[in-house]
Amino acid sequence: MRAAVGCGVRRSGNSWAGAAYPAFSTDVLAAPAVDQTFVEAWKKVAPNIEPPKTPLAFMKPRPPTPSSIPAKLTVNFVLPYQSEISNKEVDMVIIPATTGQMGVLPGHVATIAELKPGLLSVHEGNAVTKYFVSSGFAFIHANSYTDIAAVEAVPLDQIDPSLVQKGLADFTEKLSLAATEIEKAEAQIGVDVHSALNAALTG
Amino acid sequence: MVRNRMKSVRNIQKITKAMKMVAASKLRAVQTRTENSRGLWQPFTALLGDAPSVDVKKNVIVTVSSDKGLCGGINSTSVKISKALAKVTSGPEKETKYVILGEKGKVQMVRDSKTSIELTISELQKNPLNYTQVAVLADDILKNVEFDALRIIFNKFHSVVSFIPTVSTLLSPEAIEKESEAGGKLGDLDSYEIEGGETKSEVLQNLAEFQFSCVLFNAVLENACSELGARMSAMDSSSRNAGEMLDRLTLTYNRTRQASITTELTEIISGASALEG
Repeated sequence: MRAAVGCGVRRSGNSWAGAAYPAFSTDVLAAPAVDQTFVEAWKKVAPNIEPPKTPLAFMKPRPPTPSSIPAKLTVNFVLPYQSEISNKEVDMVIIPATTGQMGVLPGHVATIAELKPGLLSVHEGNAVTKYFVSSGFAFIHANSYTDIAAVEAVPLDQIDPSLVQKGLADFTEKLSLAATEIEKAEAQIGVDVHSALNAALTG
Repeated sequence: MVRNRMKSVRNIQKITKAMKMVAASKLRAVQTRTENSRGLWQPFTALLGDAPSVDVKKNVIVTVSSDKGLCGGINSTSVKISKALAKVTSGPEKETKYVILGEKGKVQMVRDSKTSIELTISELQKNPLNYTQVAVLADDILKNVEFDALRIIFNKFHSVVSFIPTVSTLLSPEAIEKESEAGGKLGDLDSYEIEGGETKSEVLQNLAEFQFSCVLFNAVLENACSELGARMSAMDSSSRNAGEMLDRLTLTYNRTRQASITTELTEIISGASALEG
């Protein structure tokens, strides 16, 4: 079938968009990953140049919403410098949303949650892994996939409690001394983060 | 005379080989970081989808290119694709502007689209790339440029010899709302509950900004990887060419040397035979 596609493409003198598919057959499941309207508009304007790929072509498509609640939650926890957890099946995740700690179970309603600095814990069976996240976003999809994208996250055992106390004292002092709006905002952020760290370590 | 040429070609070969080694070692370091950052934009694309054919009034094309040259054709491909993309997205009542990261892209774009360039940023790689730097950059761009849709063009690093031009489309919060109301790919965005005390538009605003910085971070890293890989292969082919040139020059050198020796010998022999007989 691939040979037929290749022949067809070559005969019509088209760009070698067809030949690119075998190279990506491991990444792309089907043609829907390529936006047809875009490719057509592109071909009208620049027929000799191959259209650029879009991120959808590089991503494995997500499964559709199952009719019954699945048993486990699939979690993706990504940071700018590494994917901390990718496609791991867990029982529950507790995320620090701006409204407080939010528990996510399989079958949770689709939600977009903004995160504040706080404790993130992943529960699988009896094992609990705790991280302190600085901030970010969490998306809970209807098919029991949860994506958490954070700017910075540290496993709790790598945080030094004495430094946290010191930081908290520093920033509280800075807050009382702050003069301009910007200094006040920065000091307030420092106080928030450190008190959240404190709470995460003790609680 | 041929000897001078041979000396300079040998020097060129050494230099290009050294550049290739340097690029290879830098590539190893950046490649691990790039692959780790690949997970970063996937949540956003899973949530919001990617709609390169979206129809909006203000398009801003962010072209990621390199500062240094000698890296093969990747910068020209980026520029070619941006110009074609500008044509695709242009039309009545629509405007397209450019934001260019990197010297090489700026040089090529300034030549014919000087008026459409909104912002140029260079010397990105002076310090090793990190997320904070890119976040500040994204903040800059968001503050200074008005857009309905942002398209980031970069070379995605597929392997050491293959780089794929890629375009990531990001929508502004207002455009996201419009698209979700219109249905289609973003149609089920409304089914997502918004957790938190803020309104949907505020959350969308933060989301769009975070998405931009994440996607830009990944784009810059991938482009840096592609640049190093392209430089490696360009230097490799040029050192191979220098080697071949050196071989040919050595042959001509030997031939001329042997020819001059032969002429000397024949002169001596004919002179000696003339004296004898």
